[in-house]
Amino acid sequence: MQALKQRFKFLFLSTKGLILVGIAMCALISAFFGMLSGPMADFGIKDVIVKFFGIKLIEAEREGRLIILYHSIAMIVVAIETYMITGLLAMKENQRLFINSTITIGYWAVLFGGLPFAYWGHRWPFHGLYIAGLSLIFFAGCFLLYALFPWQKEYKVKDKQYAHTRAGYSVERIAFFVMALATLLSSLFGAIPGSYYGNGFETFLAENVVREPHKTALDLSVIGHLHIMLALIAIACCLIIGRWMDFKGIWHKLAMPLMIVGSFVLAMGTWLVVPFETAAHFIIYGGSTLAMLGALFLVIFSWCKLIREGLERKGIKKGNFFQAVAALLSDPVKFGPTWQMVFMNFTVSFVGIFVAVKLDEIFRKWQFMDERLILTGHWHILATLTATILLLYYADLAGIKGKARQWFGWLLIIFSDLAFGSVTVYEMKRMFVEESSQQPIINTTTLLGDIGLVMVLVVLAALMVWRLTDLFKKKGKWSKESQEPIGIQVEVNK
Amino acid sequence: MNKLIFILLSLSLITACTPVDVTAPAPVFDSGVDPGRWVTIPAGTFFSGQFNKETNLDYDYEIMVTDVTNSQYTEFLNNALADGSIKLVGNQIVGYYPGDPFNKGRHEEEIAAGDYIYIPIDDPALRLSFDGKTFQVIETWENHPVTMVSWFGAKAYCEYYGGKLPSELEWEKAARGTDIRPFPWGFEIARNNANFINSRDPFEDNQKFGSRTSPVGFFNGKNYEGYQTLDSASPYGLYDMAGNVWQWTNDVYKSQHYRYMRGGSKDLYQSNLRIWVRNNATPVFTSPSVGFRCVR
Repeated sequence: MQALKQRFKFLFLSTKGLILVGIAMCALISAFFGMLSGPMADFGIKDVIVKFFGIKLIEAEREGRLIILYHSIAMIVVAIETYMITGLLAMKENQRLFINSTITIGYWAVLFGGLPFAYWGHRWPFHGLYIAGLSLIFFAGCFLLYALFPWQKEYKVKDKQYAHTRAGYSVERIAFFVMALATLLSSLFGAIPGSYYGNGFETFLAENVVREPHKTALDLSVIGHLHIMLALIAIACCLIIGRWMDFKGIWHKLAMPLMIVGSFVLAMGTWLVVPFETAAHFIIYGGSTLAMLGALFLVIFSWCKLIREGLERKGIKKGNFFQAVAALLSDPVKFGPTWQMVFMNFTVSFVGIFVAVKLDEIFRKWQFMDERLILTGHWHILATLTATILLLYYADLAGIKGKARQWFGWLLIIFSDLAFGSVTVYEMKRMFVEESSQQPIINTTTLLGDIGLVMVLVVLAALMVWRLTDLFKKKGKWSKESQEPIGIQVEVNK
Repeated sequence: MNKLIFILLSLSLITACTPVDVTAPAPVFDSGVDPGRWVTIPAGTFFSGQFNKETNLDYDYEIMVTDVTNSQYTEFLNNALADGSIKLVGNQIVGYYPGDPFNKGRHEEEIAAGDYIYIPIDDPALRLSFDGKTFQVIETWENHPVTMVSWFGAKAYCEYYGGKLPSELEWEKAARGTDIRPFPWGFEIARNNANFINSRDPFEDNQKFGSRTSPVGFFNGKNYEGYQTLDSASPYGLYDMAGNVWQWTNDVYKSQHYRYMRGGSKDLYQSNLRIWVRNNATPVFTSPSVGFRCVR
């Protein structure tokens, strides 16, 4: 009993344990519900799963099911990011405990309310539980905002290498605060119009209404909501990685204001989509450019740091180009997150900008189904790339070392990028090949995409199995991690 | 690691290098369904859209039991060429369209009066051949739905024979009947209900050419050399109202130049075959997965 209690304490009260549980739940849900579509459906696995688990797939409710599934996975990711933030930023212990426990109960309620409601028949108490879960997560977010309030004397930065105001307040903390505030308001931007206009009974997916010439306020707010939430999750991820990499110095001082203004402008632009759609787009471009510039500065800082540390490990004072590259690539778990941010440009940002610029000239000449393919591919890639970044960070937190670290890091980077690259080519295939001759490109890209995704899932499963077996050991890693902080808190430690 | 990368690259190259034989003949099957047959859809209410909005169409109309076939469209092209109602310009068969009102809607493109493409004659996906004077159906494709036809070409065909393209509501009622089924034949979809992606019908070969059209009325419960189909007629006896090819509809909506299609196609997953799912494209769009049928 004591052993169970200790493990429960690790899994549900420590930051590393909570992150582990979140990732495990995310993996389980993705693996289970992934069997209902794509190649698993083609292989007939879907039929077996549906029959065995008594799943009720009512055709008219597909969009609603997907919305609940997307929200369920997103809520876990939001919870994981929150655990990371409460672990990385200074705050009172009772605040940390309250935020973490509230958001944990929240996302479990979302999962155990929403998914049964969506997939096993409409029993309204489950829907109530789902809504209560979402509300708890929002409430946890409000408290996080309170805990992150940057203008508190005890959280002034001590080390002046970190971006700070004249009075010494942490600009990075302000960036986290603004991101959290924008996230909370943007969640309302989806929730209020959704409940007011949609009332939950006539669900639709945003990608299905993009060509409607007269979009309703609900259409616009749903499109805006999903874009801003994904963007803010990505910005939060970027800030977390920055803190993990001990981002500081001139690049930090340049990047943090950009992150703050970028998050704010981006969110403002998205909220303005409803009344001023055209103008809002330009504001969004401005905000995302600033935030992306901030991320670029993090990439520059971290790559310089990785090269410097890599060369130092080898005892080289000033290496040549090849030695620098070798040093940069020497630790894939540390290199991966920022590389994925760069790769994101090729599969998400540049593609998105290109499509926006050439929309009428190229993409609106295609049938709607082809345009929809780009849209869905685009945001799936953004979401999954962000997940791989968080996963690499967790691998470091989990203390993966030696050859396992190399294999884990490189397999995750190479195969996820292979999958995302393939999906990008697949979604844009009409640009390169006539419709009647597309089969080879479809075959190649789906094969590579499936191989990439399967390998990512295998790598993730390996990590989870490793951590699961560790839980069976009396003095496993978990026993030390229960008390370990996940990183430095620059406001108090320096 | 190196071995793994090598295997991956080899696999992808092997697949990518397989040439596409777009002109490969199709297996020949007679579904026994007459593409010249029409059925009457009686006036009355039905449930339209995903959320079952009660809708009334207060008139009877007739609709074709199948999509227009390559044979039928060839006959039209030859007749219309002979009487001068269509002409060859470059590599396109074109015809006159009087244009739409232009409202300067967001992303709206003006469709002015003028000649517009019906079919491209040099596209390898076209199942018709043209010797400069007459059209012929390429062997084995006679009873397949005609594809690579623009909205203008589809509309012209129907009007040539005294009909029109169905409105979206007319199409939907004919597909669904008076209950709330998501597919023309009922509430669930199986592989042998319709021609959709990876449905493994005899016309699909993902290693060579992917999914191809099936003969009209193919999914009628018959067994074709061991391939057993399910009878997938709509409540009014229409075939191919889900899968095979998208079907152009007639509606022209204010402030947009897009034309809408219904029914899903051979290249899409099952959820896109649900009765209420809409696709759209510019009216000049042609595709190997788009066809049509008419009403009168």
